[in-house]
Amino acid sequence: MGVIGFYFRKAHTLFRKEVLVLPSRIVVFVFMISLLLLPVFTQDPYLLRILILTNIFAILAASWDLLSGFTGQMNFGHALFFGVAAYCTGILNLRLDMPPYVSIPLGAMGAVLAGLVVGIPCLRLRGTYLALTTLSFPIILLGLVFAIPDVTGGELGISGIDRLSSSRLGDFYITSVLMLGLGFIMWKITDSNTGIILHAIREDEVAVRASGINTTRYKLLAFCLSGFFAGIAGGLYAHVMRTAGPSTLEVALSFQIVIWAVFGGMVSIYGPVAGVFILFPLLEFLRFLPKVRMLAFAVIVLVTLLYMPQGLAPWLRDKVEKECPRCKIRNVALRKSCRVCTADLD
Amino acid sequence: MIQNIIINGLINGSVYALLAIGFSLVFGVARIVNIAHTAFYMLAAYFIYIGFHYFGMSPYVAMPISIMAVGLLAILCYKIFIKPIREHEAAVLIATIALAMVIQESLLIGFGGHYLGVPPLVSGYATIVGVKVTNQHILALVVALLSLLGVRFFLMKTRLGLALRATAQDREVANLMGMNESMVAMLTMGISVMLAALSGAIVVPLFVLDPHMWMHPLTMMLAIVVLGGLGSIKGSFVGAYILAFAEVLVVFLIPMGAYLKGSVALSIMILVLLIRPEGLFGVAFEEER
Repeated sequence: MGVIGFYFRKAHTLFRKEVLVLPSRIVVFVFMISLLLLPVFTQDPYLLRILILTNIFAILAASWDLLSGFTGQMNFGHALFFGVAAYCTGILNLRLDMPPYVSIPLGAMGAVLAGLVVGIPCLRLRGTYLALTTLSFPIILLGLVFAIPDVTGGELGISGIDRLSSSRLGDFYITSVLMLGLGFIMWKITDSNTGIILHAIREDEVAVRASGINTTRYKLLAFCLSGFFAGIAGGLYAHVMRTAGPSTLEVALSFQIVIWAVFGGMVSIYGPVAGVFILFPLLEFLRFLPKVRMLAFAVIVLVTLLYMPQGLAPWLRDKVEKECPRCKIRNVALRKSCRVCTADLD
Repeated sequence: MIQNIIINGLINGSVYALLAIGFSLVFGVARIVNIAHTAFYMLAAYFIYIGFHYFGMSPYVAMPISIMAVGLLAILCYKIFIKPIREHEAAVLIATIALAMVIQESLLIGFGGHYLGVPPLVSGYATIVGVKVTNQHILALVVALLSLLGVRFFLMKTRLGLALRATAQDREVANLMGMNESMVAMLTMGISVMLAALSGAIVVPLFVLDPHMWMHPLTMMLAIVVLGGLGSIKGSFVGAYILAFAEVLVVFLIPMGAYLKGSVALSIMILVLLIRPEGLFGVAFEEER
């Protein structure tokens, strides 16, 4: 009893001192709770389906942020990882009868391999060259997919993949928990030593190399990590949609990922997640105006960029919080002095 | 088949060269990666279609008007959407992608996904070394080559061309020498999009129009500029013909080649980048790569 009480009190203190002090953390906490409790209030299959896909794409957008936002390796072909994993998962599941909990990690390993294959030629490139080269990989693969319809099913793709779980509610919980868990892991990675090195590579690669760090290894690591998380998203997508088709490799999907992430706010992990959770359901709810929905989507993105070029989440965060000039810890905008070092804010 | 390969290779190559040179110019001068470049090319083609079918204009009138209109529209878009966020490289990329989507979706709403066409300007065919070639193809080739010559003349012999090249070499120094950098950037945007519109006008009687026709030229154009070296005009020119011939050869000689044409072009690009990362005629941007 005493032990449980101790951990309970510890968790409570941690919650009060680390979560409740910042509005952005409260928002994230409320978001997590409400996402997990949503099925208690409504089990509308259409809504659940939208949220399942939103969860999957949130993982995908966050994994893009890990590579392109934090490491600065502008990847315009992120659909490659998604598509490779979706096809691998589909083929493993159909041909070898593997259950989802085996096929999805194996599919993600396929995406990691793709990350290695893409990463090695891309190590020598930077900036726009890198963006354009990465853009070309999914197009090359798409050509191959069409050229060998025996294995890949050509334009129709692979269909008849097993369901992720027996019910839609199960799918929802699996994707939600995975999204929150993987998002948390990615956020922790960016906060770790490795994450700081990745961040430094983005700022000044030469300086990092001069500090005795093998930047090549870290860039490859970023490609593989990002590929792994994107691959899990791809595998989940294949099992939820029960098909893996050429649409998972399209240029449009790569662009979509970039739009979500930049709209939500790069270099933050939670930004892309927020971007997907705003834009993807919005696109679905605009379905009653089928003709103008993509137009409205593009216009919203354009206008948002005009007023907040950093993205939505950092813009909102800077409105309600400010950084302590001395110890760089974030504080509520209302405070006069820093909550840790008591230095005067502003 | 040989003559098909040569004619199609030359025409595609010239069109790609016009597109890639425009893209290269605006990247070199203003550091804008304009994904919407080929969307403007498509828009020009549609404007000609509108002028021809709805207003009964002769194509000779519709073409210059639509090229000017697209150029002005591009300058307007640049002023409103791109200029305020030019410092944020990623944001500019997204803005141009969104712009391309706006154009594509507007056309989809206006015309649906149907395939449309404009009749050829000239009919009949000529016989060259025992091979029948339609006059329209010859006209397209001649116009494309003349426009390429015109671009070279403009860049090398006029004062504005000099300003463009100077800004591409070094923005800050060009600014110090009294060139209005933001003005040059705006004009470059207009000129490059007008080149795209011109290539749209050239292909309009040869190709069918549909609202997704900008995707394939986009990938080809990106492959070409990377192959030739970003910002290098000569590189774009040579790269365009190399990749256009590669594309046409693949389509004609390999079974299922139509699916693989983009793959082959892009694989060539990646191979070149592996062997020579700065591209065929890579220029100054050593530190930016």
